[in-house]
This record gives sequence, structure tokens and C-alpha cells, in this order.
Amino acid sequence: MKRALVAVAACALLLAACGDGNGEEDPLAGLDANGDNGDNGEEPAGDVDPEDPDTVPDDAVEIFSWWTGAGEEAGLLALIDMFESEYGHEVVNSAVAGGAGTDAQAVLTSRMQAGQPPSSFQIHAGRALLDQWVAADAMEPLNDLYDEEGWWEVFPDELLEMTTDEDGNIYSVPVNVHRSNVLFTNTQVFEDNDLTPPTTFDEFFEVADALEAAGVTPLALGDNESWTLLHTWETVLLGTVGPETYQALFDGEADWQSPEVVESFENLERMFGYINDDHSARNWQDAAQLVAEGEAAMNIMGDWAQGYFSTDLEMEPETDFGWEPTPGTDGSFITVVDTFGLPEDAPNREGTLDWLRVLGSVEGQDTFNPLKGSIPARLDGNIAEYNEYGQDTYNDFQDDSLVPSLAHNSAAPPNFTDAAMSAVVEWMAQRDAERSAEQLEQAADDFLR
Amino acid sequence: MAVGGDTEVAAGDAGSTRAEPASRDRVRRKRSLERALPVLLLLPSILAMGVFVYGFIAWTGWVSVSNWTTFVRDLSFGGFDAYTRLLDDFRFLSGMRNVIVFTVLFVGVSVVLGLTLAILLDRDPWGGPLWRNIFLFPLAISFVVTGVVWQWLLNPRAGVNLLLDRLGVETLPMWYVSTAVVPGWRWGQIDLVIPVALVAVVIAAAWQMSGFAMAIYLAGLQGISEDLREAARVDGASEFSIYRRVILPMLRPMTITIVIVLGHISLKTFDLIFVMTGPGTGYVTDVPAVYMYESTFRANQFARGAAISVVLLVLVVLLMAPAIWARNKTEEASRE
Repeated sequence: MKRALVAVAACALLLAACGDGNGEEDPLAGLDANGDNGDNGEEPAGDVDPEDPDTVPDDAVEIFSWWTGAGEEAGLLALIDMFESEYGHEVVNSAVAGGAGTDAQAVLTSRMQAGQPPSSFQIHAGRALLDQWVAADAMEPLNDLYDEEGWWEVFPDELLEMTTDEDGNIYSVPVNVHRSNVLFTNTQVFEDNDLTPPTTFDEFFEVADALEAAGVTPLALGDNESWTLLHTWETVLLGTVGPETYQALFDGEADWQSPEVVESFENLERMFGYINDDHSARNWQDAAQLVAEGEAAMNIMGDWAQGYFSTDLEMEPETDFGWEPTPGTDGSFITVVDTFGLPEDAPNREGTLDWLRVLGSVEGQDTFNPLKGSIPARLDGNIAEYNEYGQDTYNDFQDDSLVPSLAHNSAAPPNFTDAAMSAVVEWMAQRDAERSAEQLEQAADDFLR
Repeated sequence: MAVGGDTEVAAGDAGSTRAEPASRDRVRRKRSLERALPVLLLLPSILAMGVFVYGFIAWTGWVSVSNWTTFVRDLSFGGFDAYTRLLDDFRFLSGMRNVIVFTVLFVGVSVVLGLTLAILLDRDPWGGPLWRNIFLFPLAISFVVTGVVWQWLLNPRAGVNLLLDRLGVETLPMWYVSTAVVPGWRWGQIDLVIPVALVAVVIAAAWQMSGFAMAIYLAGLQGISEDLREAARVDGASEFSIYRRVILPMLRPMTITIVIVLGHISLKTFDLIFVMTGPGTGYVTDVPAVYMYESTFRANQFARGAAISVVLLVLVVLLMAPAIWARNKTEEASRE
């Protein structure tokens, strides 16, 4: 009970990569302005308690994740089945529900600090991995595994870089990819008003004016949880400055007080002139729901919203809902990537390496991802396994420039992400673009350079 | 002579010691044991307090001036950056505004409600003990549960608003998701004074803690002898002025106790906010304790988290010190 409540709270509060905990969301959860999903306290099967490593058999491969929602759990179990039948290791599924992963991360932190890591754990590629576990010397490099399996060629370079430290050591295996810069549209609303979904800011404002005149809310926003603000802004930043500058900003090589960054806030301000009045009362699903119901025409969200539309609301891709890259980001792809790594002193090291082999294989990725509603991280996945949205996105993934997500802890270390969050929330209240840019520059000085 | 006398006494003592050496020793040993025993019994808690309270206060103080701003620990001295930055930090300043407004409203409402309930119950209404228990029950619940329940009740699209809607209320309140700050004076980066969203939190907190104020006041009221009221009545005082001039002044120590207890709970509020509202859009419901938690455990900004803790500690001391001083004065006065 206690955990469940903490989970409820954490879900409402923390900067959560909601892409990975949403399968279980019930549309009725829309009632709840804080985004609780109410089903957070379930224990994994058997007598194993992820919070108490002593309950885990010594020779088992313990797989630690926050995949407990419908689709993602099905995907994980399918992977585990595959792993057990191929390699015959005993597996313990230590999935910690709640808070879209924030609960699991708290449990993981305490276990890592106590020197009792699970065999392998779920972690977002990028700074979340490198600046915490790798910086603390808690992870074992996987270069040999990559050599052995020939993986250097099958994953996009940008992804490999996100899990590699300065010395060229790689630390985890990517399993799936979500896209964060997606503009979801209600197909019917656009048809009724004889409009085409926008791809640039200018088109966006034109379309938005027309929709407003037609009495439809142009853009749905649900910023009850502040990460959605950061999420929306990062897509606008990318659309304003382009992928090279976007990457340079996070590498600490570009000026955060440049006119372009300030302009991104101005674009955001103009876009927010078209949002629903009750945005502060809604979470991301509630906002997506406005689009689903045709009350709003567009919504900027990661493609876990696609899972929400097609799985939870049973909408048809293309006929019921459409998608475009967010304004100005055609040709760019903000990635949110789940990976698994090998902690130092992992129990059953050999078994864990076998687990990583399954995760990185084509079969593994094509087993997991259609169930989870994401696309494979490998470039040679079997495209026929995915729905229209997945196929389209997978094509973009192969061709676009890939950049990491700030709101989902890939682009920057947690201290910078937190500072950016504060800057964006303050901007939302006070609309002072210059000051927010100044704060970002200060944070970049502190944490990125 | 005096010297001789002393010697005599000493000699007498020595004589008696010689007479019963064993029992004398036992007494002396027993006496020193009696004197040592309290120290021995207190020692573990003194040590524990020293380490776990004052030791960690010192540790927090040190972390707050260190360079520890990433996951990897760095305890080298980094100056007072963490503090000076808080002074220009929108989130921190909003949190301070919120916690002060929250404390004033919450303590105020609890005191007034508690006093009203206590006076009503003191007049022995029908079903008296039952009412007392009903008002006390919320105290048995944790703030986490209170937070969850009131989050549902005050959800703008559920709970109370469904009722108001059915009653035909036109503009339904937004409760804790309102982003308005009234009257909205701009002060530096933040708006003053009262974020409307906090009203919902005050309702929840006062619902839980008014019973505590009531219990304290009730105990105070029952300690006031009936003779005093009789005397006032004989002097021709109305019921109202009996309360105003006799009873309320006598309840002053209770009020001070309630303000101290509720005030420091309120300044350190974490669970209720964390569960019920979170920091809120534009940080309208953020409080320093939540900011401290998120700085430390989410952003790895350990120095800033520690600095916020220190500020909170100072704040609590500032509240408690005058209140405790005032209570000591009252106690002294009543003794004289």
C-alpha cells in the first residue's frame, strides 16, 4: 500500500519518461488531473521482491524494469520466454510498477548503493546512463559483446554514441525506440475543415487560425505534469534551431542565449495562444483525449500517445488519427531509447550476457516492439511486423538525423534537465524568454561544459 | 577551635567507617551509581541525538556549501553559491511564498475551527463524545491518505464539482489546478500573495488537523473552573463577554501550543503536497520541502537540496523560538 501511494505521488510529480509506463493507463484515468494510474502496487509473480535482493535466487538472471503495463509487460514476457527456451537460464522478472519508472529508479538507486545490483536493468540511453551509473563506475563495458555479435554496424551511430563514454566504451544494448517529436492530428477534424496538417511553424499558425475560426481548439496541451512543457518546448527548440544546433547546444558548444533559442520561446508562446483553457488540469492522456474526441485538432506528444490511441482508444491509424513531425522538425527524430546494461558484479554474469544477446537480436526486437508499440533500435528490423504508424516512423528512423530527448533524460545530465525544467515552467508563468535563456546558459555553464 | 572541631567530626566519621566499613562502602557505591545511572541511561540517546540530529545538521550544512552538484560526490568547499542562487530562483521564491501563505491560512483556519468546535462541544451538545470522536478521527490518518482523498474530492472534473454542477453553479472552481495568484502583485520574478490552488490544500490540511486544535482547546476549556464563569455571570457579564474576557485569555497557552505544533508541521509540509498536487503548473503549489527532495534525488543537485534544508531549519527555528519564549513567559506568569 505504501509503495502504491508513493508510486501514485511519484507519477504525479517527477519528470517521468511516460513513454514507458503508459500501457496500463485506463481512459478513465482522465478523470484524475494528476495522472495517477491507480494500479501501481502489484508485485511480480512468485516470492521475489525487487526491493529485497535476498529473495532473488543466486543463479537466476534477474531482469529489472518498470515494464508492467499491458503491452510492455506482454513484450517483456515474450522476450523472457524466448530467452529461457533458447538459453535455459532461470529468469526472475523484477518489474517495479509505478510512477512511469521513477519508482523503479528509486529502488534501483538503493540497490546499486548497497552493492546488490540486479543482473540487468532498464535505463534510458544517454546522460541518464552515462552521468549516473557509468560515472559512478557501476557498469561493465560491453565492447566485446558488440564485437562478437557484430552490433557496431546494426545500430545507428547516433544511438551508439548515446551509450558510449569518452573512452569509447559502450555500456548498454538498445531495445526499442520511441519518437518524441510527433504532432498527432484528428483526421476527421482536418477533413471537415478542409485543412492539411502543418509541417512548418507558418503552416501551423495558418491552420491554427482556421481551426479557431471553425470553433475547434487548435492545440491540446496537458501540463499538469510539468515534463510535458519541457517535452513540447524541446520539439519547438529543434524545429527552430535545427538538429545540428540542437545537438551543439546539449554538447555545450552553442550559446543558449542566442537569438535562435530566444526565438524558440517566442514560437512556443505563439503556439500556446491556441491551447485549451484547462491545460493545467490535464495530463498527457487527457490532452490526447481531446484530440481523440475531436474537441482539439492537434497534440504534440511522444509516440506512446500512438499506443494510447490505437490500443486504449481503439482508433485506426490514418483513418482516425494522423501524425506529422512537429513543426519545423521534418527530417529530425528525437529519440527516447530503452536500453539494458551489465552492472559490475552482476549476479550470473554469463546468463546476463545471453540476455543481452537476445535483446540485441533481430528476433528479440521484433518480438518485443510490436507488442510495446515502439520501433526496433536495429536498422534491420522486420518492418512487416508493425502497424502503419510504426512502419512510417521506422522509415524516418532510418533516414532522419537522430537527436536525444531532453525531457526524457537522454540529452543532458539530470542537473541540467532539472534546470531546464525550472526555466520552462518559469517561462510558462512569466513569459520572459530572455530570462529563461539566461538561466539555460547559466545551467549549461555549470553542467554541460 | 573550628579546625579542631572539623578534625573531630572527621575523626568521628573515620571511626564509624572503621566500625562498619562494608555497609559504608555499599552506600557510597550505591550513591555514585545513583548519580551515574541517569547519565548512563541518557548516554545512548545523547549519542544518537549527537550523531543523527546534530551531526547530520552539521553534515547538511557542509553539503550546502560544497561542490556536490552531480551524482558523483564532491565534498570540496564551493562557497555559498547554492544560497545566493536561491535568492534569484523562481521556484524557490514561489515555494517560500506558498509555504508562508499556506502556514498562515492553515494554522489560522485550524485555530478558528478548532476553537469553535471546542466551545460547541464544551457546552455538552446531544451526542457529545460521538462528535468529539468524529472530529478527532482525521488525526489518525496520514497526510498521504488525506492527500489522495482530497485530490479526488477537489478534482475539477469530479468530486465536489459534480455536486456544484448539479446545484447549478456556473463557473466551477478549478481548485488545486488553478494557476491564479491573487491579487497578483508582481514582486521581482514572482506574483504575490495567495495562489488560489493553495486554498484546496488548506482545506485538506485543516480538515485533518482542526481536530487536534479542538482536542487541545477542549482540554483547556475543561480545565477552566465553572466558578469563574459563575463569578462573571454574577458580575453581570454576558455569555459573549465571558468568552471574550475570561475564557479566551485563559486559553492563550493552548493557542501557543497549537501554533507551535501546527506551524512547524506546516513549514515542513511535504507529503500532503507531494501526493495531492505536486509542484503544480507555474509552481503554484510547490513548497521548499518538495523542491529540496526533487533537487536532491531527481536532479542530483545535492548542494542546493542541502541549502534548502538549512533555510527550512532556520525558518522553523524562527517560528518556534518566539513561540516557546512566549509560552515560558506565560508559564512563569501563571506560577507567580
